[in-house]
Amino acid sequence: MAINHLAPEQTEQFADNIVGFARALRAAGMPVGPGAVIDAMSALQVIDIGNRADVFTTLEAIFVKRHEHALIFKQAFNLFFRASEEWKHMLDSVPLPDEAKKKPQAGSRRVQEAMSQPRMTETPQHQEQDLRLSVSDREILQKKDFAQMSAAEIAEALRAVERMRLPQAELLTRRQRPDARGLRLDLRRTLRASLRTGGDIVDIHRLGRIEKPAPIVALLDISGSMSEYTRLFLHFLHAVGDARKRVSVFLFGTRLTNVTRALRQRDPDEALASCSASVEDWAGGTRISASLHNFNKLWARRVLSQGAIVLLISDGLEREADSKLAFEMDRLHRSCRRLIWLNPLLRFGGFEAKAQGIKMMLPHVDEFRPVHNLSSIQELITTLSRPLPPHHRNLIRSAA
Amino acid sequence: MTSAATTSGADTSAVLPASVDAMLELLTSRGYLAERSLATVTYLSLRMGRPLFLEGEAGVGKTEIAKVLSAALGRKLIRLQCYEGLDVSSAVYEWNSAAQMIAIRMAEAAGDTDRDQLSSDIFADRYMIKRPLLQALEPDVAGPPVLLIDELDRADEAFEAYLLEILSDFQVTIPEFGTVKAPHPPIVIITSNRTREIHDALKRRCLYHWVDYPAAERELAIVKSRVPGISAKLSQQVVRFVQALRNQDFYKSPGVAETIDWATALSELDARSLTPQVVGDTLGALLKYQDDITRMQGDTLQKVLKEATSEN
Repeated sequence: MAINHLAPEQTEQFADNIVGFARALRAAGMPVGPGAVIDAMSALQVIDIGNRADVFTTLEAIFVKRHEHALIFKQAFNLFFRASEEWKHMLDSVPLPDEAKKKPQAGSRRVQEAMSQPRMTETPQHQEQDLRLSVSDREILQKKDFAQMSAAEIAEALRAVERMRLPQAELLTRRQRPDARGLRLDLRRTLRASLRTGGDIVDIHRLGRIEKPAPIVALLDISGSMSEYTRLFLHFLHAVGDARKRVSVFLFGTRLTNVTRALRQRDPDEALASCSASVEDWAGGTRISASLHNFNKLWARRVLSQGAIVLLISDGLEREADSKLAFEMDRLHRSCRRLIWLNPLLRFGGFEAKAQGIKMMLPHVDEFRPVHNLSSIQELITTLSRPLPPHHRNLIRSAA
Repeated sequence: MTSAATTSGADTSAVLPASVDAMLELLTSRGYLAERSLATVTYLSLRMGRPLFLEGEAGVGKTEIAKVLSAALGRKLIRLQCYEGLDVSSAVYEWNSAAQMIAIRMAEAAGDTDRDQLSSDIFADRYMIKRPLLQALEPDVAGPPVLLIDELDRADEAFEAYLLEILSDFQVTIPEFGTVKAPHPPIVIITSNRTREIHDALKRRCLYHWVDYPAAERELAIVKSRVPGISAKLSQQVVRFVQALRNQDFYKSPGVAETIDWATALSELDARSLTPQVVGDTLGALLKYQDDITRMQGDTLQKVLKEATSEN
């Protein structure tokens, strides 16, 4: 029985149910547009709606566009169209689920700050003196450890971080574009130009390779010991992601969470809020080995395949350091183009890799850098924009 | 879509299946034992004229379904294998510049000086090299072809964006030539191994389906149909072994293609049943990473083997 064989009022009820179902899916966090609802209705014209399994597959093919959503869909489907003995519930009217809880308004913190009495921005009495001070203040700020900053200093640092932009560390691709100094002859354009002169080739057009920034994948430790740095790094990664498209960000504590999508939102506050909403183990313990294992297994092939640079931001304080950690680090190292470990612990002058975990991880990184103040982040940016070392494996896959 | 098949009138073209069951039958008749869900989305994509986007691990039969469809429906199969840097000149069309040069010289020699005439002459159909996407838009006597866009995740974002246009309107604009539009849209199957996320905009234009590893029963049927000489006992053990392997924490679990390979290998070796020796020798047909093979030595192998060979 297809949907167009139903009585008109039944068809209407049916359509209402599909619309309601789409709303339920949306409330559950799935991106379901109105186009999908129309698609669903037209798909149900051609299949037998008496067969629950077929209806399930049909709606799934239309509403689910990412494998991760399949589970949510299944639960929602079973809840909405009760899995009971009779499929005729499909025609019953179904109560709509409550609207998803209102999430806290983005930017509320900024608004609050703006409304509250500003402590640091009191009007100075001696303008002249203050200017001098603020310059030296800024110098101090550059060197000051994030962990020792006051709230206002952190706010200042955040603004500085947001202004930072990665220069485009370029990677040659196989794509070509018109380029007067390119090496290849652009026959097509040369020929077209020659037609203007009646077939005489006057200008020779050339093609050069297109360069594009290498993708960046950041793995950020959000365990308790890193908590003073987490927010700043997230701000930094948000700013980086704003400037270039291919940046993936993963957070890990006891488990691994992909927050790339959450960080894509334009407003940094909203982005950070939805980041923290998607993470369950904020400021908890660390399981670096297990998190890396998950990353290697589930994500490495999906995000590292285009010659990505990996930033591992962690203090490396892992309690359960065993041979697995070295194995996972090795695997990570072998599947990316460059592995840069950023460790805030390096700020201490006489830092020695004594912790077991750090010792195991160190042999597998290409670079080991401090990252605890603004100037070290600036240095990182310089590093990332340097040309890549020519000897490295997997080098410029795409330019081969 | 239906009208396309029925009006083409060619004998080679089979009529599109009229129900999910008919679709299932059609696939089975060509040796593709599909889950009902896969048959459902395939049927829908034919009926609705929508591209079918299949995602899943390597070796679960995503590409195969396009081949089977083209054979079963008697349609031409046009395959576009994606790779990084795939561009319009290798996916859609290219001008045969050498031939155009000669044409210009010939025109010169003949004293033709009309530039407009010359340019319309050399940008004609016969100087165009048609690549898969353009071929797929052309009418075919057997009905609209099956266009397989294989491993789209290997192409870069720029190509994906280009595809967006073709998949929604089934037309291509060539600056020197005009717009080419398909009289009947082709049957499009897109596959991805998820080495990169495909943009939602593209998926939205398609019916999406995640192709999973088959259940034991179905996998057994697949092995039996693909490796005809294999004994019932061995095929059962093979499937149990592979299914047990997929529960292990491997970097790359074996797909159906690997199961078939392995069963064929064992059958070639005249193995009667699985022994540690024969499994150890042929493990390379199943596992493709050295780390995974190393992990399979010793205890794990014994455990999985015991699981596979017990209760016969």
